[in-house]
Amino acid sequence: MNQPKTLDDNAAMVTETLKAETRKFNFFYGDNQALKNVDLPVAERRVTALIGPSGCGKSTLLRSFNRMHDLYPGNRYEGEIRLYPDDVNLVSPEVDPIEIRMRISMVFQKPNPFPKTIFENVAYGLMVRGEKRRSVLEEKVEEALRGAALWEEVKDRLDDLAFNLSGGQQQRLCIARALASDPEIILFDEPTSALDPIATASIEELIAEIKEKVTILIVTHNMQQAARISDYTAFMYLGELVEFGRTDELFVRPRKKQTEDYITGRFG
Amino acid sequence: MTTTDTGGSGSLSSPYLDRIRTMRHVRNGKERIIEAILFVAAFCAVAVTVAIVAILLYEASTFFEHVSLVEFLTGTEWTPLFERARYGMLPLLVGTVVTSAIAFLVAGPLGFLIAMYLSEFAPPKLAEVLKPFLELLAGVPTIVYGYFALLFVTPLLQKLIPGLPGFNMLSAGLVMGLMIVPYVASIAEDAMRAVPMALREGSYAMGATRFQTAMWVVLPASFSGVMAAFVLGISRAVGETMIVAIAAGQQPNFTFDPREPAATITAYIVQVAMGDLPHGSIGYQSIFAVGLVLVVITLFFNLIGQMLRRRIREVY
Repeated sequence: MNQPKTLDDNAAMVTETLKAETRKFNFFYGDNQALKNVDLPVAERRVTALIGPSGCGKSTLLRSFNRMHDLYPGNRYEGEIRLYPDDVNLVSPEVDPIEIRMRISMVFQKPNPFPKTIFENVAYGLMVRGEKRRSVLEEKVEEALRGAALWEEVKDRLDDLAFNLSGGQQQRLCIARALASDPEIILFDEPTSALDPIATASIEELIAEIKEKVTILIVTHNMQQAARISDYTAFMYLGELVEFGRTDELFVRPRKKQTEDYITGRFG
Repeated sequence: MTTTDTGGSGSLSSPYLDRIRTMRHVRNGKERIIEAILFVAAFCAVAVTVAIVAILLYEASTFFEHVSLVEFLTGTEWTPLFERARYGMLPLLVGTVVTSAIAFLVAGPLGFLIAMYLSEFAPPKLAEVLKPFLELLAGVPTIVYGYFALLFVTPLLQKLIPGLPGFNMLSAGLVMGLMIVPYVASIAEDAMRAVPMALREGSYAMGATRFQTAMWVVLPASFSGVMAAFVLGISRAVGETMIVAIAAGQQPNFTFDPREPAATITAYIVQVAMGDLPHGSIGYQSIFAVGLVLVVITLFFNLIGQMLRRRIREVY
């Protein structure tokens, strides 16, 4: 039961190619340690779900992958998050956070379209990179909107403000925005917690499609959701990664008591 | 004691219930007194505004018995002190427009840049240090600004522009602009700060820089608020009195040349109110007529400004 967690422990669970991996990763908000020695492997073109009770550090871990914590003073990373195949430590101070964010995009909890048109929202990542050719933008925007299953609904009103879309459409727009710049990983931070069940179902379907091309890391409060859409699941508690494994195994035969208690609803 | 049928669940124990019931009318009485006090306070503010407009309308109406509205609005000579007095207010209006425009050219861009810096770029600790200085600038009495314009800025400008008169609209306008910078900056900054962090994070997460985020996301999201800051700033400039009265001269001069001296509406009102014209004369009544124009202009700008301001909250 109490087997020591070593670096290879979790990584050994993944027989597929790794896209990224945290090694002895610690994170501090000021003096407050929010993540402790996290070793999380992220399989390429698979969905990895992070579950755990509120405050367990799953969002903190997710936001480390695109260096969001750099935006606020007093935050500190320790250890490594390796990104493959080029094998860089993406939390190292020498690595440019902007480059990382261009390679790893993010979809937030609440849909946050920009106060711009639908077209400009999706083209944002490309415009940030300095892409100005209209034909390239148009092609990429259509591709991304199709990828986010939104094209048919908005193709006639690309110049409307994004605020006019429904909540579910706005979230798919944010997914299109994340897709448009061909990211290697997309981070989803509880992407359906502000949506109704129908919109949630459509987002889940979308994630299943996207993972054909992109590696996905998703934080969710909803265990059924994690069970439905993910290939790997990591259960976190109090800043530690308690258990990691294939989703079908972790939910059926959890190895740790804490995991079992959580997924059977005894706490959390 | 049983509960009443007013929806009580019966969970309240009876000693409390008795007390609450006996206290009821006392409580209601107190509430009513407080409400009345608040109402009177709110009513006073409205009543004063209405009274001002009423007096302006009344006094202006006696002025328009002697002077035609057409001459007043289209005449280019304003000479109430002359033997053959002329009451064309265009020189005053132009003086007001030119000084306000100069002020806006200073306060608009500067206020905007300061707001953008404080809200998006300055480290929070630095912003905390800088803001009180900005507020200090807003707290300087306008008379000080007036003499600053006349005794410091004008001589400086005279070195750059040979032949610049001692009184001129340029100097007054520039200093007036300086005066309203904090005002514009603080309203615009409020608007930018009101932009949810989630939007900024969305932008950063796409790999945007601070500058790109500020220009492409924060600015459009706070656009109506920034516009409101501009409009309220202009309104402030239009109504500003002391600086123009001191530094722009007080001759009604029909010219768009900022190097010339000129009187603004407010400067004229001060001049007359300080006693150059006998009470009750047409000339004296004229200040109510121009005052009315001033109120209409500032009211117009304030209404637009408030409308834009309200829209900030509607977006999210």
